[in-house]
Amino acid sequence: MKIAVCIKQVVTREWQLRVNEGKTWIRDQDASFELNEPDAYALEEALRLKEKHGGEVVVVSAGPARAAQVLREALARGADRGIHVESDALASADAFVVAEALASAIREEQFNLVLTGLQSDDQGFGQVGVVLAEKLGMPHATIIMEVQASDSGLRVKRELEGGWFQWMTLPLPALLTIQSGINQLRYATLKGIMAAKKKEIRKLAPAAGASAAQTIVSVYFPEKGKKTQMLPGSAAEAAKALVQKLRDEARVIA
Amino acid sequence: MILVVAEQREGKLNRASWETIAAAQQLGGDLKVAVVGSGADALAGELAAAEATEVIAVDAAALGDYTADGYVTGLALLIEAEGPSHVFFPHTYQTRDFAPALAARIGRALITDVTGIKKDGARTLYVRPVFQGKMNADVAAEGPAPHLVTVQIGAFRADAARRGAAPAAVRVSKVSVNASAIRQKAEAPFKEAKQAVDLSQAERIVAVGRGIKGQEHLKLVEDLATALGAEIAASRPICDSGWLPMDRQIGSSGQTVAPKLYLALGISGAIQHLVGMKGSRIIVAINKDAEAPIFEIADFGIAGDLFEVVPAMIAELNR
Repeated sequence: MKIAVCIKQVVTREWQLRVNEGKTWIRDQDASFELNEPDAYALEEALRLKEKHGGEVVVVSAGPARAAQVLREALARGADRGIHVESDALASADAFVVAEALASAIREEQFNLVLTGLQSDDQGFGQVGVVLAEKLGMPHATIIMEVQASDSGLRVKRELEGGWFQWMTLPLPALLTIQSGINQLRYATLKGIMAAKKKEIRKLAPAAGASAAQTIVSVYFPEKGKKTQMLPGSAAEAAKALVQKLRDEARVIA
Repeated sequence: MILVVAEQREGKLNRASWETIAAAQQLGGDLKVAVVGSGADALAGELAAAEATEVIAVDAAALGDYTADGYVTGLALLIEAEGPSHVFFPHTYQTRDFAPALAARIGRALITDVTGIKKDGARTLYVRPVFQGKMNADVAAEGPAPHLVTVQIGAFRADAARRGAAPAAVRVSKVSVNASAIRQKAEAPFKEAKQAVDLSQAERIVAVGRGIKGQEHLKLVEDLATALGAEIAASRPICDSGWLPMDRQIGSSGQTVAPKLYLALGISGAIQHLVGMKGSRIIVAINKDAEAPIFEIADFGIAGDLFEVVPAMIAELNR
């Protein structure tokens, strides 16, 4: 089975967000970056499918030069090769533009299966995977928690809301968006990191002409809406004040 | 005209449909409501209470069980026939499964997870969360109408949806969806083995998130829960890691709770978590990051190290 996994580089959760001068995105020149978490689960699922059924795992990322970091990391975890659709404009591009950039790379080869994470931790569109499926003419299923592959196609477990699930069957080739928690992640071994250095990352320029369907006018921190009472002082002082307020003011503990 | 696509599952209307109607009414203009499925006309009567010019039951045998292919085909036909300026959907798992493909199919903008609508001169701006809710973005849709918009669950109030003086007219629209062109085959929805814990009945809940750092620290959380007389719950990453069982998970993919006291430890407050607990009466947040979105909805907050605050709380409670 030949599998493409689409991965995105995002700023780490711990990094303190700062707005850029034009207030149109974050100022991320000095940020630290990591692999988007749901994409890490998509990669892990691809590696497991390859271990079971054989084939090849190709990681594809659409992003600026720095995105090579997550491609290299994916190779260290076991992906066979990488494709980097490289452009600075892809750093905060909209879902249609990113999907077109990924599609241009994926169309060049015959993949049986394309996996993405269900959404990104930065833009959070939750669109790229499904738009990509439409552009590739593949059937898709989203928010997947289990994948059973056979020659005739896929049987996948979709997560619904409130603890409900549903099995779906679909023919190959197909695209799935993967939910976090579908599997237990592996991390790169030293051997993997060494092996990754010899693996290929092919660079492509994005196809011209994909136009954005949405523009960010401004980004900002939400205003504190509720009258949150912040309890100041040392940990001991704050804890004491909190217990007193829960007892005497809110009356929710005895 | 704004078209709202209501959501139903097995003949039952998703309450978020009314929130979506409220959001569309805020944008203003004529409103039509569509509901999709075989036998959707029964639900159309319920939706006819909304202040709308018409309710359309989009009926086709091939749309009986939800599939992405079926909905994309059916709704593309409906949009072509009705020519709306905007199409609004609730931002549910089902919408997330088909709406991006629909937008790509008809080549129109889709703005997802919208929490607010603003006017900027003649232009409409949509407010949506970015960076897991740590920031908001004001976004403009580009290109020709219709613009597709999905509305975050809980962002608008269902009871704010205006009702009409008289029921809206109901029309059944037969769309031609070829069942053999639908590539996904759906099996019946199911729940995993009966949940051992029903957190919805708990009066007090102590919920733990990524900030706990390691499974070995859960003892601390248990001790606090015991001292408070509370049940233990968690955000999704904790259950994904296997540190607590899945049936302790609060949020869109887990349980929805509204206890008297909800104490969030090391939970940043991604929207997927907030939807499961924001109805709680008193919310307490303890988090290292003073900018964490959980503080937006907390009644009491401590911006500090939970490994210092929690032992101090336990000592105080046991004093």
